Amino acid sequence: MSYPDIVVAGGGNAALCAAITAAEAGKRVLMLEAAPKPYRGGNSRHTRNFRCMHDGPLSVLTGTYGEDEYYNDLLLVTKGNTDERLARMAIRGSQESQPWMEAHGVRFQPSLSGTLSLSRTNAFFLGGGKALVNAYYRTAEALGVEVLYEAPVTHIELDRDRITRVDFTHGGARHSLSPPAVVAASGGFQGNIERLVEAWGPEAENFLIRGTPYNRGDVLFNLLGQGVQSIGDPTQCHAVAIDGRAPKFDGGIVTRLDCVPFSVVVNKHGDRFYNEGEDVWPKRYAIWGRLVAAEPEQVAYSIIDSKSKDLFMPSVFPPVTADTIPELAGKLGLDPQKLARTIGTFNASCRPGTFHPTELDGLATEGLTPPKTNWARPITEPPFYGYSLRPGVTFTYLGFKVDETAQVQGADGPVENLWAAGETMAGSILGQGYLAGFGMTIGTVFGRIAGREAARYV
Amino acid sequence: MFEQSQMERKAAARIDEARRQIEICNACRYCEGYCSVFPAIMRQRSFADADVTQFANLCHNCRGCYYACQYTEPHEFDLNLPGILAEVRTESWERFAWPSPLARLFQRSGTALAVALMLGFAVLFWAAQTLRPESGEGFYAVMSHGLMVSVFMPAFLLPLLALFVSLRRYWRHVGGQGVGRSQIRQALSRAAYMKDLSGGQGQGCNFEDEDRFSNARRYAHQAVVWGVFMCFGSTISGTIMHYVFDWPAPYGLLSLPKLLGVPGGLLLTAGCLELARLKLKAEPALGARRVWAGEMGFVLLLGFVSLSGLLLYASAGTAAVAVLLPLHLGAVLTFFLLMPYTKMAHGFFRLAALIKDAAGN
Repeated sequence: MSYPDIVVAGGGNAALCAAITAAEAGKRVLMLEAAPKPYRGGNSRHTRNFRCMHDGPLSVLTGTYGEDEYYNDLLLVTKGNTDERLARMAIRGSQESQPWMEAHGVRFQPSLSGTLSLSRTNAFFLGGGKALVNAYYRTAEALGVEVLYEAPVTHIELDRDRITRVDFTHGGARHSLSPPAVVAASGGFQGNIERLVEAWGPEAENFLIRGTPYNRGDVLFNLLGQGVQSIGDPTQCHAVAIDGRAPKFDGGIVTRLDCVPFSVVVNKHGDRFYNEGEDVWPKRYAIWGRLVAAEPEQVAYSIIDSKSKDLFMPSVFPPVTADTIPELAGKLGLDPQKLARTIGTFNASCRPGTFHPTELDGLATEGLTPPKTNWARPITEPPFYGYSLRPGVTFTYLGFKVDETAQVQGADGPVENLWAAGETMAGSILGQGYLAGFGMTIGTVFGRIAGREAARYV
Repeated sequence: MFEQSQMERKAAARIDEARRQIEICNACRYCEGYCSVFPAIMRQRSFADADVTQFANLCHNCRGCYYACQYTEPHEFDLNLPGILAEVRTESWERFAWPSPLARLFQRSGTALAVALMLGFAVLFWAAQTLRPESGEGFYAVMSHGLMVSVFMPAFLLPLLALFVSLRRYWRHVGGQGVGRSQIRQALSRAAYMKDLSGGQGQGCNFEDEDRFSNARRYAHQAVVWGVFMCFGSTISGTIMHYVFDWPAPYGLLSLPKLLGVPGGLLLTAGCLELARLKLKAEPALGARRVWAGEMGFVLLLGFVSLSGLLLYASAGTAAVAVLLPLHLGAVLTFFLLMPYTKMAHGFFRLAALIKDAAGN
């Protein structure tokens, strides 16, 4: 192993953008990726688009998406829980980053089918996030960046305001380096169930993790433990309701279920607990993770009939199917009489009206608690279908506090030779909620800044 | 009997596995920009065996989807769509071919191809020796025109007939309807530009070096296709000159048969060599492992057809013609006769699949 100028902890989009930028500035860069090669790229390998500001048509993006509109979209989801200066940097930086991404091997395509609502604001990666990650690794390696896989960082030694040592394991041995500069781009801690349990309580044992199991937050907690300043609520994570049969880790995009608005959702006791028709999908998609997490055993069941079967994106696993509601209940492990009663009450409260699957149609129940305020059609036409739902954790909000140069802030001011990028600092900007494609924006813009600043320092 | 049903069970299991993978792809859709297969998948929500067979024949094995996939092994979903579709595809050619045992033999075995080549050579050599003409110029001094025609006419027409039967079986199986002109035009254009090896944006395949995109395979394949067409054109023009204009071979360098045949032969030889080289570098698990040797044998046979043709032309007027002519003609004979039972069938099935697909666009 050579003696690098800069060590990058991490192997996803932000780490790659930092490594490529620093290598182009002539620095010797070593990337330490905790995952084995087939799983490299952190959560970036599950992503698919990049939210991008543009003052006019740009690459695959049509029309315009200005800074203020973008910032307002961010305010809506974060309810103001953001750092305006950093947020606007990310937003402005996205426009200039898009051609940079193309120049470094990323290919874009118009929005994927089923995501037309994002065609103006989000540029989609041809082949998805893993294709982007592959392209960046090719570019980085061509620039001489050295990459070690299965090389988790175990400790970063902070001596007052300087990083003096990086410890990691690789090939069954412990290694230490003392590079002039370090970039931390190793994601959140959502792959670390014990930490989730600490933050959420024992229910977190039943959560599914949509992304990589390698985002364990080891670098994050290691440095926070040495007095580095944090940002973001340590007890919060972003979760959506996904197919309950999904793998524990890395289920990614395919485990999403878009059936909720057209369904009746019950908990394991067969009771409804929330308005399934509250707002347009996918706007209300995100809240269901939390809702299901609050129900007994963190599980719920979404029931539809054959009328609604083809109204949403196909599911990765076929639904549980039956000709009657009690039979379906039996197959789902629910009390047949109870479910039949819940569905019967729901059906009786449905009113005639015009059903519009793609807009708020106002087709609401009457005299039902909780109500279903849109798309309320009786569940009557067999066969009936059921999906189990569980909370699927996407990312955590806890991160490093950074300034406009992506420099990490220690207890008494900036750490002289430490920068952070990507999910590990995204809590500064996305303090709450979720905005499609914005994680990749933060990672790209701040990855490039971190790489540039670290290179300038060395 | 037992063997037959076991084979059918294996084929059915492969289609089930392909269906499992396709259903995951349909929930993901990240790859929709790569080729024709994904848009075709996304037009449906459930997949009959025939649909799977159609997708398999649409797939050109560019492997872009494999390297972009979040769900390849060691992920528990264990996706390898190019691999399983290649298995289903070759299995479908074997199933639709008549007689299918021949297809099974030659699709899979490079050795069987080599043996067939030797036989072809021996037959032609024996014919040249025992039926040596009294007179004749150029090649016809070694083998008479009449003999060549009586061997090659049926050797060309019978395989075409067999292919026609297979394609009709395929078309019925996948539920193909009447074919419109725009459908044909669309399919031919996709085939001519090898759109499905373009990666969707012209960057090419992930074939010979993991996830690196390259057009090497696409261009080599183009060289082979156009080389075959030019060599075929050379033969046709020679036939027309012989029969219509009463102008028998040998032809000069500036004649139509040579103007088409020499560059065509060079393209074909170079294309086959490149395809063989790429195949050696490619990951076998992303193709149909069972037919690797048969495919390699076929590429080499095709390269040998053109190379021996070029050598034959270069050695005109020397004693080597007496050996090279039966060698070349033996290779051509083998190539023609085995057309429905070798990788050559893929061109016909792919075109049929593209025509079928164009109906859904």
